Amino acid sequence: MELLGQALISGLLNGLVYSLIALGLSLIWGVMDIVNFAHAEYLMLAMFLTYWLWALAGLDPLLSLPIVVPVLFLLGVGTYHAVIRRIVEAPMVSQIFTTFGLFLVLRYGAFALWGTEFRKVEDPLLEGSLLLGPFHVSVPKLAAALAALLVFLALHLFLTRTKTGKALQATAQDREVALSLGIDVQRMYALAWGLGIASVGVAGVFLTTFYFVEPQVGTAFLLLAFASVTLGGFGTVLGALVGGVSIGLLEGVFGALVSPTFKLAFVFVVFILVLLLRPRGLLGEA
Amino acid sequence: MARSWTRRAFLRAMGAGTAALSLSAVWPFGLKAQEPVRIGAVYPLSGGLARTGAAIKATLEFTARIVNEPHPQLAPIPLAEGAGLTGLGGRPIELVFADSAGDPATGRAEAERLIEEEGVVALCGAYQSSVTKTASIPAEARGIPFVNFESSSPTLTERGFKWFFRTGPHDGVFTRLFFDMFDDLNARGQTIKRLAVLSEDSEWGASAVEVEKQLAAERGYEIVAVEMYTTPPASLDAELLRLRDANPDALLGHQYLPGAILVVQTLKEMGWFPPGLVVHDAGYVLPDFLKTVGADGNYIISRATWALALQERKPLVKAVNDLHKERVGTNLDGVTARGFTGLITLADAINRAGSTEPEAIRQALVETNIPGEALIMPWKGVEFDEKGQNKHASGVMVQILEQQYKLVWPFDLAETEIVWPAPGWGER
Repeated sequence: MELLGQALISGLLNGLVYSLIALGLSLIWGVMDIVNFAHAEYLMLAMFLTYWLWALAGLDPLLSLPIVVPVLFLLGVGTYHAVIRRIVEAPMVSQIFTTFGLFLVLRYGAFALWGTEFRKVEDPLLEGSLLLGPFHVSVPKLAAALAALLVFLALHLFLTRTKTGKALQATAQDREVALSLGIDVQRMYALAWGLGIASVGVAGVFLTTFYFVEPQVGTAFLLLAFASVTLGGFGTVLGALVGGVSIGLLEGVFGALVSPTFKLAFVFVVFILVLLLRPRGLLGEA
Repeated sequence: MARSWTRRAFLRAMGAGTAALSLSAVWPFGLKAQEPVRIGAVYPLSGGLARTGAAIKATLEFTARIVNEPHPQLAPIPLAEGAGLTGLGGRPIELVFADSAGDPATGRAEAERLIEEEGVVALCGAYQSSVTKTASIPAEARGIPFVNFESSSPTLTERGFKWFFRTGPHDGVFTRLFFDMFDDLNARGQTIKRLAVLSEDSEWGASAVEVEKQLAAERGYEIVAVEMYTTPPASLDAELLRLRDANPDALLGHQYLPGAILVVQTLKEMGWFPPGLVVHDAGYVLPDFLKTVGADGNYIISRATWALALQERKPLVKAVNDLHKERVGTNLDGVTARGFTGLITLADAINRAGSTEPEAIRQALVETNIPGEALIMPWKGVEFDEKGQNKHASGVMVQILEQQYKLVWPFDLAETEIVWPAPGWGER
């Protein structure tokens, strides 16, 4: 029973982190139908930025949030204008190769700049774990999970309550109609990239408090992010949340109760089942 | 008679004269030119392991110089005292390096080239087990001795090869060391009986786990849990949760760097540290590990092939390391110390063979018997079994204490007392 409780807690926390990483992927896909293979590399960049702010300026990751997130937002907008804008109309294969190329440039650029070394922030403000009865709750993961929930809530409010948010949704639904209604589609695309990359920036900042930083750090999370997005339903913001949490719980609970060796197998068996029975994902619309 | 010098005779005389002059410049005292005995060496000199390859190359060149020039101060080491291979009239050894680029196919092609085109009498290499596996195939096919110094996959000496020899220990030997240490600790009043294993799931981890299961059964230990994961893991929560639930007396680990860091991080988050965390070096001994986890890495016990602290008990280790530091600029380490010992063993065999005939060298390798006193390793000697494995190859255990790797076992070589059981996170 204690094992199950602990597994539920850490599965939920990990799942929320996965969903925060997946959010940007889902948003960018939803608005402009482009799969960003370089998504996890922006996570890596956010983690490096957080790390260097700590290492060079002594800024705790938590305090670097107001710097890292805007920088990542601009990075997303910049990426859109420099690269993605040119391939919006291109065939899907070109789009795949472009974002894959971007992935290679960012990863190997990081290798060239910072080498293969592993780095970690020491003694961050968020550290250790809380004792909740018999259960250990990791403080940095709890903070990351709460941040994920806040980001989801903020984005949801933005999309449903503001004019710009509604315009973004309109662009996602039908580009041509949005254009005819006077919505600046280019701006909406840039905004989707900005928000998508900024949200992975939030994930990067919190991840830095409990995970190491190195150029290939995205590898462990990219597949999970894709699975979260697909499981929850490509293109829906809430889908990323449901998908990420499902994956975290599945791997945590089945892993602890049956066998961790097969934790990813459980995740992907469920993944395949969902796709067979509901190809659009749990929350995806037909 | 004025034209008795033909042009050809003149040129011949000039050529001979020039050759004699240049030779006398190299070999003073008019000694006859000695043709070197060529030994091929396949190592990763480019690619991701280039730094390791370069370190090995520097040490092997250092070793060749010890063979080729008189070093009476290192006397017990075979061939150190005299100059060159005394059994072959003082001929020097020459290393011919080839770059495997860390790739099994390239390693094999380079080994072939060394045999076919460079005329080497023996081969050594290739650091990575996977490359050693392929590079030793042409040597076996053509009947040239291949001596491996530093690859640890047990399967290398299980192939029934006639020309393959390994001076260093393999993973099975190290696993046996774990149990030897547990036996010793139990004899000192500890209770170590229930073991758990956390391992990455590639060839290395999976085969090590099998050996551990088998040895545990043979030696009367109980494996209460085994958990495997794929590198790099996004989280190890579920794995360590189950292991904690099994409540083992010791946790055995095989991790690459990402796993090693995450193990420490997760254990701390869970507020649990097993009485002993005993690991196969890999990720736990890279410089990045301690730099990343800092003091949280304390009390982990790792296998090691060698430790500089051996010089406290073995003056020969200090003598060789001091010279190495002077000439190469670095201390010896687990890899280079094995390289040094391996090349000395090979040169000693060629010397005793008294010939560069492959079969004579192979026979001499089979008859190798170097005592432990003549080695810089913590071994009882070098002597090959019928599979070509040095049956005395062994290792030591180090424990991270105050963020330093301290030699703690075997107890008679230890530089400091082992800490067992390790204190919990709250007591540190």
